[in-house]
Amino acid sequence: MLKQTEGSKAVAEAIALCRPEVICAYPISPQTHIVEALGEMVKAGELAPCEFINVESEFAAMSVAIGSSAAGARSYTATASQGLLFMVEAVYNAAGLGLPIVMTVANRAIGAPINIWNDHSDSLSQRDSGWMQLFAETNQEAVDLHIQAFRLAEELSMPIMVCMDGFILTHAFERVDIPAQEQVDAYLPPFDPRQVLDPAEPVSIGAMVGPEAFMEVKYLAHAKQMQALERIPQLADEFKKIFGRDSGGLVRTYRADDAETMIVAMGSVLGTIKDVVDEMRAEGHKIGVLGIISFRPFPLEQVRAALIKSKRFIVLEKSLAVGMGGIVATNVRMAVTGSGLRGFTAIAGLGGRAIPKSSLHKLFRQAEQEKLEPVTFVDLDWDVVNKQLEREKQNRRSGPIAENILFDKGMSSSAKFG
Amino acid sequence: MSFQPVKFYQTGTYTVGNRLLAPDERSVQANQMRGNSINSGHRACQGCGEALGARYAIDAAMVESNGQLIAANATGCLEVFSTPYPESSWQVPWIHSLFGNTAAVATGIAAAMKAKGRHEVRVVAQGGDGGTTDIGFGCLSGMFERNDDVLYICYDNEGYMNTGVQRSSATPPAARTATTMPVGPEPGNVFGQGKNVPEIAMAHGIPYVATATVADLRDLEYKVRKAMRMHGARYIQIFVPCPLGWGTASHDTIRIARLAKESGMFPVFEAEHGEVTSVLKIRNKVAIGEYLKPQKRFAHLFGKHAHPETVARLQAIADRNIRKYGLLEEETD
Repeated sequence: MLKQTEGSKAVAEAIALCRPEVICAYPISPQTHIVEALGEMVKAGELAPCEFINVESEFAAMSVAIGSSAAGARSYTATASQGLLFMVEAVYNAAGLGLPIVMTVANRAIGAPINIWNDHSDSLSQRDSGWMQLFAETNQEAVDLHIQAFRLAEELSMPIMVCMDGFILTHAFERVDIPAQEQVDAYLPPFDPRQVLDPAEPVSIGAMVGPEAFMEVKYLAHAKQMQALERIPQLADEFKKIFGRDSGGLVRTYRADDAETMIVAMGSVLGTIKDVVDEMRAEGHKIGVLGIISFRPFPLEQVRAALIKSKRFIVLEKSLAVGMGGIVATNVRMAVTGSGLRGFTAIAGLGGRAIPKSSLHKLFRQAEQEKLEPVTFVDLDWDVVNKQLEREKQNRRSGPIAENILFDKGMSSSAKFG
Repeated sequence: MSFQPVKFYQTGTYTVGNRLLAPDERSVQANQMRGNSINSGHRACQGCGEALGARYAIDAAMVESNGQLIAANATGCLEVFSTPYPESSWQVPWIHSLFGNTAAVATGIAAAMKAKGRHEVRVVAQGGDGGTTDIGFGCLSGMFERNDDVLYICYDNEGYMNTGVQRSSATPPAARTATTMPVGPEPGNVFGQGKNVPEIAMAHGIPYVATATVADLRDLEYKVRKAMRMHGARYIQIFVPCPLGWGTASHDTIRIARLAKESGMFPVFEAEHGEVTSVLKIRNKVAIGEYLKPQKRFAHLFGKHAHPETVARLQAIADRNIRKYGLLEEETD
């Protein structure tokens, strides 16, 4: 059913359609609207039998989900940013135990400095946790990916994060097609766990494993993700048959056929990028787009195939591998190893910094001319950065960095208006 | 013929009475058909109080739940010695997730059972004192506060024994651990304010809180079975001496546990909805020294460089417990 709704509300409705049995909730912006909506539905009895548990921390949220999933219940939670970091030990544990929990990550920056706005630092910090990570470009895709995520997670008995840009998607009102219950039921069978805590058939889960078997257990987690590389496109095809639209898959290209310059990105910024590419195409630029939906497993082959015919690519990412450059870019470069393709990394939108079309036009043109540094920080205020560096050179007790920069920003803007 | 009550406690233990009791009054452990929830062959140290306490507690819980029991377990000695891959001692469905999240994992299991309509299945969580009073405290308090349907059992051996005997918030003052060595002017653990988790549990107003020791099987089983007949959040802290960590003889585990109770150092009581409902009285009061001396972790308080003032401070703690909980029989005429 088509409706004009908030991204979070749409995702909550999608989760509800998946017939969850245990939902654990801890508030953190910008995922709160999702669990609020689910809490109301459970309280009203609309999701029965479903337990909604207000836990005392994200660490507890994931731990409750571990217990409920191991006991055979379809389990869901949502988090972001500091919350994801607070539950990290349990995040790895859920993957290690092979529990098919689905979690929404409303992508948000990580402090310090504390910042509630969008970038991808949170989920990308968990790229090696064993969780699969699917990135939604639109709210429609966020809805659809959650339904696909339960199917894939339970089939492989591995957990999945569905990542959607905080605020940009979670708080955006737009048209979303909410599936019918019959469609979801036809796509998503009841949860049939591979391992379950049941007095009728007692098993021990979570035993201590020494050097003699640890590598095999870890390899199997990798093997599951390699299986997911096969299954994700198949599940997207099956999804299309029932729901009638293209959603999910490993990667998606846009105007890429004869492109000499390819832009690689994840999440909602792909919309802005496509607009810029349309405008540049109209001016005759041979430029195209590669959107990565599945970041884990990382589709090396598909990324290589999408880029190999171009001359250069630029990875525009909302994350930063401090001390090196890009996180997504590193993965993409792995995919094109030995190809001789020129690759550039652009770090953009950290902590919610807007990524305007004008900046992208400039960036992509520089990329076309290969006049970019290997790593570019889009719209970085060099005056402020250099001022702080100078301050630190002059004065040992230069003070707190963020406060200095805020002060300098205030000075420059008041100077502008003064 | 006049009525002569049989006194089972004349030898200082109730267990001797089993043979004289009707079968339905005997302890769970006296029954050859008991569940053996933690089977033999595990790798606990000789004389391990925790292995004993866990076997007593889980077997009793199994009886009371008609075998419909799921157990969650914190990281620690109990987890390590019972499940060295690929072996497992557990005859009940059992999960180990992490050190600090056992109460939350148990909450999740209970929620799953509720959602699935399996109301007959009961859930216990278990951890050592480190996993309970320190790193697992947030999840424990959350489980209490929501009154989740979980019995949490803390096996209290007063330190991080699995990692090599370091101090926890349950380590008594003056005790030697690997992180509170008996050196300097104030040897051993600090005299802090203590963290009394049974009392903190009571402050949550949960339906049932109890303490027990491995010295008193009948009392322990009674409390576990009583807790299992109730619903909501329940907490039992079982005093389990650790021969390795405390420097006690492995054959002295039960004696040490009894001395902890008889000295007043470990008050044994039960409480419902935040109010103490009964205490196990001290039968033969002993001075604190009698409890401390067999333990090498307190050896620095005695001998050539004795610290009688520290022993007196520990005695004061025991005396306060005795007053506070009314652990001595009232003198009657």
